[in-house]
Amino acid sequence: MALDDRKTQFTFVGTRPDRPDGLDKVTGRAKFGADISAPGMLHGAILRSPHAHARIVKIDTSKAEAHKDVKAVVTRADFAELPFQPGLEGEFWNVLENVMAGEKALYDGHAVAAVAATSALAARDALKLIEVEYEVLPHVTDVDKAMAPDAPVIREGAADYSVPEGMHPNIVRYHESGHGDVEAGFAEADLVIEDSFVTEATHQGYIEPHACLGMLGNDGKGELWCTTQGHWIAQKTCAALLGIETSQLRVTASEIGGGFGGKTTVFIEPVALALSRKANRPVKIVMTRSEVFRATGPTSSASMDIKIGMKKDGTISAAQGVFRLQGGAFPGAPGDMTAMCAFAPYNLTNVSQIGYDVMANRPKQAAYRAPGAPMGAFAVESVIDELCKKLGLDPVDVRLKNAAHEGTKASYGPTYERIGLVETLEAAKAHPHYSAPLKPGQGRGISCGFWFNHGGETSVSLALSEDGSAQLMVGTPDIGGSRASMALMAAEVLGIPYENIRVTIADTATLGYNDVSHGSRVTYASGLATIKAAKHAVEKLCERAAASWGIPADAVKWENGCAIPSGPNAGDFDPRPLADITAHMGQTGGPISGHFEATPEGAGVSFGTHIVDAEVDPETGKTAITRYTVIQDAGKAIHPTYVEGQYQGGAAQGIGWALNEEYVYGDDGRLQNSIFLDYRIPVASDLPMIDTVIVEVPNPGHPFGVRGVGETGIVPPLAAIANAVSHAAGVRMKQLPMSPPRILAALKDNG
Amino acid sequence: MVEVHLWSGLRSLTGGQQVVEVEAKTTGELLRALVRAHPQLQAPIDAGVSIAIDGRVIASGLTEPIPEGSEIYLMQRLRGG
Repeated sequence: MALDDRKTQFTFVGTRPDRPDGLDKVTGRAKFGADISAPGMLHGAILRSPHAHARIVKIDTSKAEAHKDVKAVVTRADFAELPFQPGLEGEFWNVLENVMAGEKALYDGHAVAAVAATSALAARDALKLIEVEYEVLPHVTDVDKAMAPDAPVIREGAADYSVPEGMHPNIVRYHESGHGDVEAGFAEADLVIEDSFVTEATHQGYIEPHACLGMLGNDGKGELWCTTQGHWIAQKTCAALLGIETSQLRVTASEIGGGFGGKTTVFIEPVALALSRKANRPVKIVMTRSEVFRATGPTSSASMDIKIGMKKDGTISAAQGVFRLQGGAFPGAPGDMTAMCAFAPYNLTNVSQIGYDVMANRPKQAAYRAPGAPMGAFAVESVIDELCKKLGLDPVDVRLKNAAHEGTKASYGPTYERIGLVETLEAAKAHPHYSAPLKPGQGRGISCGFWFNHGGETSVSLALSEDGSAQLMVGTPDIGGSRASMALMAAEVLGIPYENIRVTIADTATLGYNDVSHGSRVTYASGLATIKAAKHAVEKLCERAAASWGIPADAVKWENGCAIPSGPNAGDFDPRPLADITAHMGQTGGPISGHFEATPEGAGVSFGTHIVDAEVDPETGKTAITRYTVIQDAGKAIHPTYVEGQYQGGAAQGIGWALNEEYVYGDDGRLQNSIFLDYRIPVASDLPMIDTVIVEVPNPGHPFGVRGVGETGIVPPLAAIANAVSHAAGVRMKQLPMSPPRILAALKDNG
Repeated sequence: MVEVHLWSGLRSLTGGQQVVEVEAKTTGELLRALVRAHPQLQAPIDAGVSIAIDGRVIASGLTEPIPEGSEIYLMQRLRGG
């Protein structure tokens, strides 16, 4: 999308008004996924496999069906089977298989049947009446073991075109890219370090569990209310899985209590609809926290080998990485993304990266902010840190020396447009944090991070009211404050106050298709769409003013919320404010609205640099993060408070991922820690004040210069914290999380 | 003619070529021309690709113009969280 009208001076954009959803949320008026009911509503519950891998020999639901409180029981047989309609293959088929197991249970927690009953308690009790005969099969949950020749095969034929012949069937996608000659580069290096790193799966940890209310009649018409990052994908997927027409299912997104990539698909929604179709009553399902952990998307776990060569002056002469990502019992682990992002911050002559997508008997992985990127950054930035230490070089100076900039050939191929990595590193170097003295026992780590960002299919509609206020309908659920930023961008174009614009997340029946709120796309793509829709409305406002003045429409321009005559022959007329034009719109041609429906192409990539201080207690192995600074390029911060919130949120989640969070599997393949007491996310007392610096290097692909900010903030923390902890402990930490037992073991091994 | 740079994992589908020359004025024409030149590229294109034109990543649009002499990279379709 060519942009010839870039704006650099702003009235509303860059201010920090109150959030439009604030009062609703603090007073409890906001409706989240579970805050809904309907007359005659039933409660659904799902029976889940206790086995990591088992053939389902037989399911007997007769006793449950005979229970007086049970109104419906569903199994896989109640969903559309292949090939019922074009399209139910690939990812749709994977989602169906994940939503309700077919021939095999593929992980501990995999859904095998569901009931709808008159109360939640009755539904849970009825699950005990369902008899499932399993033939337990060998399982594997570790990524390296899943690739080994003797690993049990999870699904034959799941590999795509990219996997070279001879690899284990659990390897389902393979990525290889890079440029130059790494061997020649290593030969030029004064020091080469080669090492291996491991990260465990972590959960996005959103506070709101999955919840929905589904209604589906035998006429194929349905309604669905759910907590989701994308209700159009929920609509499309549920319709496909249930064999109904997409347009006959209307989906409304609730307020969302966190998603972070984990609510970009469906889990319980098709089940609620299938139960409803069978019972002919609305069915509500709310997951328990244990179900969220066992059956919804954690991140991939990863195993990685990194080799980097550096000259004495800090120049990286070659870099090579192999990234093996485990994504559960389905294809989709982002090994390709890990590979493409890992070295992206650097201007490298010789680089080679390989990514594997590996299946194991775990839940289907889902995105967690920048999917795949944090693990790769952890491994790569750890090795760079070790090289700096051994060569006696400053870690920021080395990164500045090698930093990618406009014109650099990216490690993943193309030449960068204008990017802001150097600016974040310069800000890090100048920040008081970087030069502040450390106390004994403390260590400081830094890391860079990269994420692509995304555009995606987007529809926006803006309607003006007679009193001069505006309503804006967007289709991307507000997961990070987007209603505020959309209102600010619309205000900027229309020239009316922020408070006069109400932004609504429209349902699937009232707006065209919208991709999921993912890929840090909302402020970029829905924002661009909002700007274009507002400009569309402004064109009509100018036409109405021109008609009232009897001059051509192109002789009118829009300034500060008013139509004014423009050009030599336009005449002399008083400016007409927006509200003056809309007050008469009914009599001058009808409603004035603006629209945008397209896929914005031009989401600029984004970089960040984090500085972390950590203190390790050598007696207990406990780590305290004592100071944290996030520096990231936002392109243009529309609502700076929300941008800072994204930065702080990424750092907070990164602290959890780095220090404590992990999926712990027993030898039996069962998840051992499926509640928050045993899966330790950071609480307020674990976190220091997280300082933020917003760098603004405008994205040439957005009218106001916006780059997405939601994901990049999760990329540097693992590495920055690992570097800080490694310096504090005096030993290189190569496995996440760096929990107290692992730190004690590392200290012991180090003597 | 435009030179299309592929990721190295695709060389096995193009007889070892990592740079393929095709005639194309838009992103849609480019994908069709790639498949005409190397039919095995249909699989990765169906799996999802993006096209970087002078560094700007076109995620899915088929009508984006390809200026003469521009740098073109085929990339795996990006996903996000």
